[in-house]
Amino acid sequence: MAKLNMVQAINLALHEEMARDDSVLILGEDVGEDEGVFRVTAGLHEAFGTQRVVDTPLAEGAILGTAIGMALGGLRPVAEMQFSGFSYLMIPQLENHAARYRSRTHGEYSVPLVVRMPYGGGVRALEHHSESREAFYGHMPGIKTVIPSGPRNARALLAASIRDPDPVVFMEPKRSYRAFREEVPDEPEVMEIGRAEVVQEGTDLTLISWGAMMRPTLDAARRAGDQRGASVEVIDLLTIAPLDAETLARSVRKTGRCVVVQEAPRSYGPSSEIVAQINDRALMYLEAPVARVTHYDVITPQFARENLYLPSPERVLQAIEQTLDF
Amino acid sequence: MPRKPIARFSISSLSVLAPDGSVDRRLEPKLSDDELRTLYRAMVLAREADGRMLKLQRQGRIGTFPLCTGQEASACGVALAMGKSDWLVPAFREVGALLMRGIPIEQVLALYAGYEEGNRIPASLRTLPMAIPVGSQIPHAPGLAYAARLRGEQDTAVVCFFGDGATSEGDFHEAVNFAAVWKVPVVFVCQNNGWAISLPTGEQTASATIAQKAIAYGIPGIQVDGNDALAVYRATAEALDRARKGEGPTLIETVTYRLMMHTTSDDPSKYREDAEVEDWWAKDPIPRFRTYLEGKGLWDGDLEEALQAEIKDTIDGAVTRFESQLDVPPDTPFDHVLGTDHAFVDEQRAAFLDARGGENADG
Repeated sequence: MAKLNMVQAINLALHEEMARDDSVLILGEDVGEDEGVFRVTAGLHEAFGTQRVVDTPLAEGAILGTAIGMALGGLRPVAEMQFSGFSYLMIPQLENHAARYRSRTHGEYSVPLVVRMPYGGGVRALEHHSESREAFYGHMPGIKTVIPSGPRNARALLAASIRDPDPVVFMEPKRSYRAFREEVPDEPEVMEIGRAEVVQEGTDLTLISWGAMMRPTLDAARRAGDQRGASVEVIDLLTIAPLDAETLARSVRKTGRCVVVQEAPRSYGPSSEIVAQINDRALMYLEAPVARVTHYDVITPQFARENLYLPSPERVLQAIEQTLDF
Repeated sequence: MPRKPIARFSISSLSVLAPDGSVDRRLEPKLSDDELRTLYRAMVLAREADGRMLKLQRQGRIGTFPLCTGQEASACGVALAMGKSDWLVPAFREVGALLMRGIPIEQVLALYAGYEEGNRIPASLRTLPMAIPVGSQIPHAPGLAYAARLRGEQDTAVVCFFGDGATSEGDFHEAVNFAAVWKVPVVFVCQNNGWAISLPTGEQTASATIAQKAIAYGIPGIQVDGNDALAVYRATAEALDRARKGEGPTLIETVTYRLMMHTTSDDPSKYREDAEVEDWWAKDPIPRFRTYLEGKGLWDGDLEEALQAEIKDTIDGAVTRFESQLDVPPDTPFDHVLGTDHAFVDEQRAAFLDARGGENADG
């Protein structure tokens, strides 16, 4: 067991998967000698050479486009988008090709690639560096969208994503990159994609979140317990799509109350889908409307104002109280 | 500090077979009699298939499709130069090349009739399905080439087709740049057919040629007469040779012409003159190549008659097979959305089949 932060844990998964499988390679901007702007690819170019850790020209569309060609040609590329704010340039390749190759060829071809990208706010970054746009990717049939919340699940989910037969968008909450450490087992670990995890059991209310919002969410759950003895069940989504709707519904059928915490803008995000799924599967068990704590439907403000807009433990706690008191 | 030229460039144009069928012996590629006849048959088959598909579309038996008439030399000349271990990354106006790669006509018909089955091209043929979003397939070529090189496939190269319109897309520029920087074995073939739906090439780009766009990326570019099957073959063979020797990618511009509409939904009389089209019919690649074969004593009226009959039978058979294979399961899309099992697939498939059952019961 080693105590690793998320950057180290992701790096460990990359080392392990590249050592395990010759067809895995990394491509992206500054991923080689520079080892990535967040140092996620540290040591990989030395261990595996420049043919498997490829510093590409600066074009996100072609990084994904060539990765698709590599995947069609038998490799398992892991493409890095330097920041999620630059990933929109590769969306045409993701939507037009990666997502649909399996379906349009009736399984004759698949595109087993991973697109890694640091996303989200809270690190006082430049404009275009703080958005949370998992809904773009979650909305595309044929794509899996995974968001880890801590070092251990980041390592295990990245291994799963690299081994997965489908294109996976792997969004890394950069606010959590170096925020805390966790024990990570020595042996490689692989978690199943498409499974949410109950990280804290409870009976009064279901609290659902993912990514960097897990920490304010867990903080609020603890305060609700401390302040009013509420027993809050906390679920870490881990996979945005395909959504593990049944795990969420099972919890809500037990608790009858639910709050969803989302860093992304309020409308058309995963929280909207979660509320709809609970409506479909657990409506008659609800004691209160499902509440949401989200960003607002505004352009993500630059960092002087950003924390005012991100869900805080206080806002989550307020939503918990209102839902419990409904 | 002086101001002085630091680099000079030039672009060549290649023509082997003149419109009257006369050949430049110095440039004539060394092709066997069988290869020459194979090339001719491939071009005639592509032309006849295009014509039959137009009829089928007008009869409502297939849907909208893009026509290839006039571009047979450009597509088939490239395919003849390729080996089985090479990859073909098509756009959507190279049906002649797809047929040469071993894709059955009925599969093309199925695609144009709206069935994914048409895209289920066996991976062993190393021929990707057509790409409809213009230029979006081009980055796949350097990726495939990179994979082949990393996997130690020394003899594998990748040929990628696109049109003049695609050269305005970022994907074209990014892909050529990546291929050039990586020095991977790719042959980029731009079929410059004069028109991107209604926009003439002269309004698509201010460059005098498309071939010269290669220069900016540090790779060779060449313009060839795209209605000259021998020139197309020769340029492709030379570029593939360079690619296999590890000398990197090449951009080939084949200057050809879209004699028909963009797709069956298009009316070109709105934007181009009949006289221009007539001029290009005079440069039709097929009679030109036939004259060449006749001059070599490889072709005559009897052989032509037999070929036409054989091709008619071939296409008739393909249409019959295509129309006998249309009874497909309705829920196949659920089989292939993801490669792993997930509850939503089962739930939504069941809902889909339920709703369908209801419709059937009602109607």
